Amino acid sequence: MNRRSTGLAIEAEGLTRSFGETRALAGMDLRVPAGTVYGLLGPNGAGKTTAVRVLATLLRPDGGTARVFGHDVVTEADKVRSRVSLTGQYASVDEDLTGTENLVLLARLLGLRKPAARERAAALLAAFGLTEASDRQVKKYSGGMRRRIDIAASILNTPDLLFLDEPTTGLDPRSRNQVWEIVRAVVSHGTTVLLTTQYLDEADQLAGRIAVVDHGRVIAEGTPGELKSSVGSGTVHLRLREPNQRPQAELVLREALDVPVQLAADPVALTARVGEAGSDLDASAQAARALGDLARAGIVVDDFSLGQPSLDEVFLALTDHPAVSADERDDELEAAR
Amino acid sequence: MSETTTTERAPSVYVPSAEALATVLAPGARPRRPSALGASLTFGWRALLKIKHVPEQLFDVTAFPIIMVLMFTYLFGGALADSPRDYLQFFLPGIMVTSVVMITMYTGIGLNTDIEKGIFDRFRTLPVWRPAALVGMIFGDVLRYILAALVILGVGLALGFRPDGGVAGVAAGIGLLVVFSFAFSWVWTFFGLILRSEKSVMGVSMMVLFPLTFLSNVFVEPSTMPGWLQAFVKVNPVTQLVASVRAVMAGESDPSATMWLLAWSVGFVLVFGTLTMYKYNRR
Repeated sequence: MNRRSTGLAIEAEGLTRSFGETRALAGMDLRVPAGTVYGLLGPNGAGKTTAVRVLATLLRPDGGTARVFGHDVVTEADKVRSRVSLTGQYASVDEDLTGTENLVLLARLLGLRKPAARERAAALLAAFGLTEASDRQVKKYSGGMRRRIDIAASILNTPDLLFLDEPTTGLDPRSRNQVWEIVRAVVSHGTTVLLTTQYLDEADQLAGRIAVVDHGRVIAEGTPGELKSSVGSGTVHLRLREPNQRPQAELVLREALDVPVQLAADPVALTARVGEAGSDLDASAQAARALGDLARAGIVVDDFSLGQPSLDEVFLALTDHPAVSADERDDELEAAR
Repeated sequence: MSETTTTERAPSVYVPSAEALATVLAPGARPRRPSALGASLTFGWRALLKIKHVPEQLFDVTAFPIIMVLMFTYLFGGALADSPRDYLQFFLPGIMVTSVVMITMYTGIGLNTDIEKGIFDRFRTLPVWRPAALVGMIFGDVLRYILAALVILGVGLALGFRPDGGVAGVAAGIGLLVVFSFAFSWVWTFFGLILRSEKSVMGVSMMVLFPLTFLSNVFVEPSTMPGWLQAFVKVNPVTQLVASVRAVMAGESDPSATMWLLAWSVGFVLVFGTLTMYKYNRR
């Protein structure tokens, strides 16, 4: 019964992989503890999907090594495959078939006999709220139902490691919450989950540890709390009434917060990070002080908010370049496949 | 049907329940992995389900062959033989081979589409015999080949085709055709894997299939052709296939053609099967 080891689910060192001129993985290291949700956070084209495809044995790395539960993903691919499951970004079930047919097909491929496969399919469809849709073709499912059948297909054999590649991209908030609940249930039963996402709040909600990925390598790693405090715990967004007061507001803010202030494209907007590590005041106290200083300087603030740093801001802090969604790179990768 | 009792289309909101999920997440005993044949047949079942849900895909194995038979029988029949009916005795095995060999290209197109959609990523992470997904796919296609052959036979019989080989001869002919088509399909799985789009697979297929089927003994006797062309026609596997099928359907046999045909078939599976699996494993 001790299928689930307690050590590391994934150990990757120096993974590289290029597609033509594009280096999708440029020396990626990962250590994912078993039994947790681990988040790979980064913009499009950062190399998240390539990393997942290498770890799930779909793609051979050009260099470096990766082991899943101690098995090498290249030389012992079959052993890895018997313990992992992948829910990719694109169709991972057959859209022409019904929900039941898809699950029975995959259950039979995993070795269940027909009656057992039918039983398993029915149980999963019920648990995922798809019983009513079980005899409908998957292409007629809504986005949320699609994701659920994708995940149901991935846990047919309760894998030891589940890869979820951007499981909530394109979902409405309710469907996203459903997926989050399912992920929590999956990990509470001992399955390790490697989740890729572009959303800091998703990684924050689910992951025990996060690796921030950019240009094919891990640029920061830690618990969500560690990452956020390394960046600063919050961001102040301001909108002024008068655009001509912005230069003055910038000066006041820089004085009060002792951090760089960014001028947004909008001529009345400014943003600044607060709660930097090492500061003697917490984020809200710093923000309050800044607001007071602005009022004393006679600058009228129409809109003020203090929020968590967005992925963009985490990126800016870690890389000094914004997390532009690198769609062109993505297309290139697609073309190179 | 539960659907008839629901009055509203609005689905009830799904709330994930920890208990319900717990029952399906409890790790059970791992079943034994299916055998190579078992896994291939399961993938073949998928192909059947797809035919059930998308019956339009049978258009190319029914309507297309019928058009081919009618078109060429009446186009060439009067010119090349005394009448379409006489021509048909010579021509039917050939057009059957042409139609079915042309249909094999849909194997490549189907594979390319599956890969494009992403479903093959799921199949490739399953711990099953590696070629099973492709073998199963071709099993499904073999059924389509048989169906196409039977449709053509039906049209031929209606138009006056009377094979001397009887039921056994015709069955043997279709058998040879299916063996060759199964082997030849591996050419298309390879192109389906290496080419980028459905369109390019189609383009390559046409470029290969037109010369292969037309520069053969399907329509006319090779003795009427110039020497250089005869040389090509002679080594063309389609020529060997047509000669074999024609012979067994006429109640005779052409051992040399049949031997060549089987050699070609083994060659296609070995060469293109290997190339396909190499590409499949390394994408």
